Amino acid sequence: MMKRRQFVQGLGVAGSLGSIALTSGCASSPSGKGPKVVVVGGGYGGATAAKYVRMWSDYGIDVTLVEPNGAFVSCPLSNLVLGGSKTMADITTPYDNLVKRHGVRWVQDMALRIDPDKRVVVLAKGGELPYDRLIVSPGIDFMWDSLPGMAAAGAKDKVLHGWKAGPQTIGLRKQLEAMPDGGVFAMAIPLAPYRCPPGPYERACQVASYFAQAKPKSKVLILDANDDVTSKGPLFKKAWKDRYAGIVEYRPKHKAVDVDAATNTLKFEFNDDLKANVLNVLPDMRAGDIAVKTGLATANKRWCEVDFLTFESIAVKNVHVLGDSIQIAPNMPKSGHMANQHGKTCAAAVVALLTGRQPNPMPVYNNACYSFVSAEDVVHVTSVHRYDADKKTMLPVAGAGGVSSAANELEGRYAMAWARNIWADTLA
Amino acid sequence: MKWNVLIAAGVFAAIAGASHAQSMDPLQLRSLAASCANCHGTHGVAEAGNESLAGANKDDMLKKMMDFKTGKKPATIMHQLSKGYTDEQLAALATYFSSLKK
Repeated sequence: MMKRRQFVQGLGVAGSLGSIALTSGCASSPSGKGPKVVVVGGGYGGATAAKYVRMWSDYGIDVTLVEPNGAFVSCPLSNLVLGGSKTMADITTPYDNLVKRHGVRWVQDMALRIDPDKRVVVLAKGGELPYDRLIVSPGIDFMWDSLPGMAAAGAKDKVLHGWKAGPQTIGLRKQLEAMPDGGVFAMAIPLAPYRCPPGPYERACQVASYFAQAKPKSKVLILDANDDVTSKGPLFKKAWKDRYAGIVEYRPKHKAVDVDAATNTLKFEFNDDLKANVLNVLPDMRAGDIAVKTGLATANKRWCEVDFLTFESIAVKNVHVLGDSIQIAPNMPKSGHMANQHGKTCAAAVVALLTGRQPNPMPVYNNACYSFVSAEDVVHVTSVHRYDADKKTMLPVAGAGGVSSAANELEGRYAMAWARNIWADTLA
Repeated sequence: MKWNVLIAAGVFAAIAGASHAQSMDPLQLRSLAASCANCHGTHGVAEAGNESLAGANKDDMLKKMMDFKTGKKPATIMHQLSKGYTDEQLAALATYFSSLKK
């Protein structure tokens, strides 16, 4: 009990015990004596880093995870909730095991501010967390300024992105359910780079799959700012032609520049205005707010450049950045799988640096990304990435990786196995 | 008796010396192996639907990986991923995973 109170007071949030998950029954509860690592963001990157810093330091490094959400909700597979073959419960995993099995201290709060000179994270509900090394994995936030109409009252509640799995996933599903048969669902895709390159095209398949069953006179209009489908192009186009003919229409070179939420109208740089029953607008994306605010977004004030051996920011010492927030290496996708790999690479480096060893000079890791073109059939893209000491970046290994030859049900089963395994590797 | 132990130790050392797994830095190897964990589980112990690698037979595992790499054995993704790793890395991975508890 004493320990509990001291811990809470130490955080400066006495009285809000309910917001803090305390470790219990773990032989390796944080003693408060070891080096301190704070992780901001409990997604694929941050949660993995938190677990692996604990594991690979033989539970000697104190790890605090700052994550406001009560559970992990996976972006991968969230399009299946829109399609209706999966529920939110299917894609949600609690943080319990990080706490119970690995002794990660979970503070259910937002990081309000980072002070790299004092080496503290200031929490939204009050209190500070000191760190020796900080890992920032906040995912993406949106560049709303590029769509001025979205600042109108109520616009963001009506025109949803659904690009962070959670309440907006449910909201978008409800809009699809409420749409009359014969209606139009229009999705605007921003210029690359954005989170999850194949994600929008998978979403088009999932919404079309729902329409084919429930509202066959309805349409899915894809309005893509890019010149062509940015990932698995031939496979998605084949799915639209063979499976969803008359439902899906793909229009490249349609850069959305504004939205009138009141009339559900999209405005484009070069094309005519377009009205739809349900609008799904993916705004331009950048590193999460906390990363930008801390001065980590060194590339065009948008993405965070890192040393790929350690994921340490090139701008701010002792601060590491992971996942979708980083300025990616050539052909490295912004994916959950990749963020998990960043998490492990960074964790190994942080443990090495805090124990006076050299970080691994030669990281090698892979990406595997599955997209569901129906409730069962899946296409994939894979790649392997290896550190290049001369270019000081990760480069794809020539001759490795590739895509499916055709959508198939076997890969649908492997995609579900992938999800179970990566959720366990990240959180269990 | 002592000689037997010494000979056994000598044979082991010879095998170990010949193996690239032993020459790779153990922490580097641990990180390399962790890049498989997304699909094959932390420490090579997989959740349902994918193969566990922990405690598998080293020679069988290496042969399988090399067959994926050369295209002899068909796969959904492993024929593509195995090509991203050198023969030495695959040998080191097989040794590493075979030594882990099932």
